[in-house]
Amino acid sequence: MAETIIEIKHLEKKFGNNEVLKDINFTANKGEVVAIIGSSGSGKSTLLRCINLLEIPTSGEIIYRNNNIQNGSMSLSQYRTKVGMVFQQFNLFNNMTVLENCVVGQMKVLKRNRKESEEIAKNYLDKVGMLQYINAKPKQISGGQKQRVAIARGLSMDTEVLLFDEPTSALDPEMVGEVLEVMKKLANEGLTMIVVTHEMTFARDVANRVVFMDKGLIVEDDSPKVIFTSPKQQRTREFLSRILRE
Amino acid sequence: MPDTFFGWVIFLLNEYGDLFIQGTVNTVIIAITGTILGFLIGLLIAIARTIPILKNGFLIKKILLKILQFLLGVYVEVVRGTPMIVQSMIVYYGALQYFNIDIPAMTAAILIVSFNTGAYMAEIIRGGIISVDRGQTEGAYSIGMTHWQTMTSVVLPQAVRNIIPSIGNEFVVNIKDSSVLNVISVAELFFMSKSAAGTYLKYFEVFFITACIYLILTFTVTKILGLLEKYMDGPNEFIIHGSQSNSSAVIHVHKNDGGEK
Ligand SMILES: Nc1ncnc2c1ncn2[C@@H]1O[C@H](COP(=O)(O)OP(=O)(O)O)[C@@H](O)[C@H]1O
Ligand SMILES: [Mg+2]
Repeated sequence: MAETIIEIKHLEKKFGNNEVLKDINFTANKGEVVAIIGSSGSGKSTLLRCINLLEIPTSGEIIYRNNNIQNGSMSLSQYRTKVGMVFQQFNLFNNMTVLENCVVGQMKVLKRNRKESEEIAKNYLDKVGMLQYINAKPKQISGGQKQRVAIARGLSMDTEVLLFDEPTSALDPEMVGEVLEVMKKLANEGLTMIVVTHEMTFARDVANRVVFMDKGLIVEDDSPKVIFTSPKQQRTREFLSRILRE
Repeated sequence: MPDTFFGWVIFLLNEYGDLFIQGTVNTVIIAITGTILGFLIGLLIAIARTIPILKNGFLIKKILLKILQFLLGVYVEVVRGTPMIVQSMIVYYGALQYFNIDIPAMTAAILIVSFNTGAYMAEIIRGGIISVDRGQTEGAYSIGMTHWQTMTSVVLPQAVRNIIPSIGNEFVVNIKDSSVLNVISVAELFFMSKSAAGTYLKYFEVFFITACIYLILTFTVTKILGLLEKYMDGPNEFIIHGSQSNSSAVIHVHKNDGGEK
């Protein structure tokens, strides 16, 4: 029996009276890589942002290892160190160097000392191939490099799950590969990842499960093999034929 | 007695050098402390006014926060909506007539300039905070940082960097506008100049000197702040650190227990 890390029950999110997420039910097991696909505006980002509580769900439950995180059994801060997020726009701290970006959270939130924090940060920066750039400021490195630092920043918190919101969509085409390469490496090492992506090759080859969303609903949730070769739902077929034609 | 313009200027400088120096020192003291205290007041107000009021927070906390934010709004409006020269009269004579407190002129001056600057700084800093991309805050939240930690480590340093030109502007305004404090007999540069001009009735010559001093002060401040901006931006280049190891780095990700994928 797989160990469930994140479980979402009847999640609903409305902005005003715009119902963006409707009765979302979903789990992520330890070591799984879940790809979330779907057309723009279908609610993928909102779902990730709700999981990280950057948006407050209108109703429903988010359960992390048996803790319902909205009823205070675990502090928000503590929860977010466990479930980190990588953004489309990187969101590195512009006033800090690459190293400082990966150190500040460890010191402030996890109360680690500087020496230990720097060691851990350098270790992960090495892993994403950014060790040489620890003294650089975000504006001095490329988009692909920024995204790799953002991944290292998340990992430095000893994150158990990383949420990725279209991590390569803001990148020039020649930089997409380096970021996907790092993500693949993490997947192989057993990191639990939930990845919103338009990179169908990644979803097909790296993910263990693919979730297709449309208009705020999860339409289909299955193995990449099923989704990409014999999807059960008409809407999934339509979406895939549209996107794979491009 | 001298008979040329520059003759008078030199004569007056000799005669009243001490007054000019004393006045300049007081003006600088008022402007510096007023700007620094005003900055701190503005910072606190801006932070208080940007604390998010959470829908599901405690009711009492929400009410107190609302009241606080309302009062701070009133303070900002009142101070910005009245001339400093009028505020000086009200504070100084108000304290004297109703509380029987004769505030020392310099103290009153610093108080008035600080609270005045505070009201303007609050808006400037708030603008600075808003100008920092929302993504910076979300990046900080996403690794578990609290609102306070996010503010102090991520948002404010960037906000302050962005508003240095406006802070410098406030400083320059304070150097110049502290002259209105002469109405409550603060011994700043304008007040001292008036005394110096009185004896020989050489108003033009004295205030020519005064204008030069103000100009030197404001010009210096502008230059210093320009350097501060450069310093805060850090070097344009960075030093490459050692070299990347081959992928032998120790790996700390939580491994999949079964190892199956
Ligand atoms: N903060 C917000 N306020 C109002 N509407 C929003 C907000 N964020 C997203 N939405 C709406 O929610 C819907 C889903 O958006 P999003 O989750 O970003 O979709 P996706 O990531 O799949 O493209 C869109 O219609 C969008 O306009
Ligand atoms: Mg999106």
